[in-house]
Amino acid sequence: MDTEATLVIVPAFDEQDSVGDVVHRVRAVGLPCLVVDDGSVDATADKAQAAGAIVVRMPVNTGVGGALRAGFRYAVAHGFRRVVQVDADLQHPPEAVPDLLAALDAGAQLAIGSRFADGYEVGTARRWAMRFLAFVVRLRTGVMLDDVTSGFRAVSEPLLSVFAYRFPAEYLGDTVEAILMAHATGAAISQVPVPMAPRRHGEATPSLRAGGHLARLVVALIAGKPSEMAR
Amino acid sequence: MTAAAQALVVVIALGALIVVLWMVRRGLLKERFALIWLAVGAGMVVLVLVRPLLDRLSEAIGIRSGTTTLFLLAILVILGILLQLSVSLTALEERLRDLAEAIALDRVRSPDGEPGSPIEDTDDR
Repeated sequence: MDTEATLVIVPAFDEQDSVGDVVHRVRAVGLPCLVVDDGSVDATADKAQAAGAIVVRMPVNTGVGGALRAGFRYAVAHGFRRVVQVDADLQHPPEAVPDLLAALDAGAQLAIGSRFADGYEVGTARRWAMRFLAFVVRLRTGVMLDDVTSGFRAVSEPLLSVFAYRFPAEYLGDTVEAILMAHATGAAISQVPVPMAPRRHGEATPSLRAGGHLARLVVALIAGKPSEMAR
Repeated sequence: MTAAAQALVVVIALGALIVVLWMVRRGLLKERFALIWLAVGAGMVVLVLVRPLLDRLSEAIGIRSGTTTLFLLAILVILGILLQLSVSLTALEERLRDLAEAIALDRVRSPDGEPGSPIEDTDDR
């Protein structure tokens, strides 16, 4: 594992109770950790810094995709060749980061940690939405992925530079559309089973808003936005 | 409404659909706004093509001519979109101000010309 050129990016919005643990565990794996504080009003930035992370603070909330792109740009500007994105809510086990990096070693430019490998339980509506999204991704890319909305991912160059240049800010954009963008650049995508911790903080998105996110994604897909963004 | 007029409306709506989707593709229009315009276009086509719907609606609100109902609805929808845009613009101005202040506070200079230490932003939201 080439740790020199790898940066772990943790987008965090009001996650003061868990971000410290995440940073400690990332550091224990032996990798540098960048926390992108997405306009938090709590002590997220202080806790992350105290735990040993480099911290970038967004002056306003930009959404996960906005925070991630800031992280990608930091990585590219500082000479990192690979990044791993890890959620700040302890849903993703930092100990599994080397597994994602191994998938990059095997030739993938995008490695996605699948939570379903470990009996990930979700509600009925959410499960159908995730199946629909997995089906759409399979239709567009021909790649069978179980967990297209997983935010536990590793990205390597040259895809990293594409993402640093243009990356969707909207919800589902940073996950589903990012996969389609990767496919449009010709990048190999692979899936890695990861153990899954239950979500400890924060609430799942209400279904009405989730429906709005789905409608937005469908418009973006019909318009062919991801392949255009990957150019 | 004559068949020719109906055809004209459908052609305009289809043209608008293509333009809106192209703008989304090129990143000129956010999907959020595209959804509004697509809904407006679809609603217009339905009202123009399904004449009984428009007539029944006119009768229900006491308007004699279906065309007048169509104009009334169109004006209300346009006013609604304008209001929504004003709200978006207000939020955008507030975010822009936050951004400008954050950048300014990172560029503090002390009286002797040396760069000062950045001030912690106050988070008074």
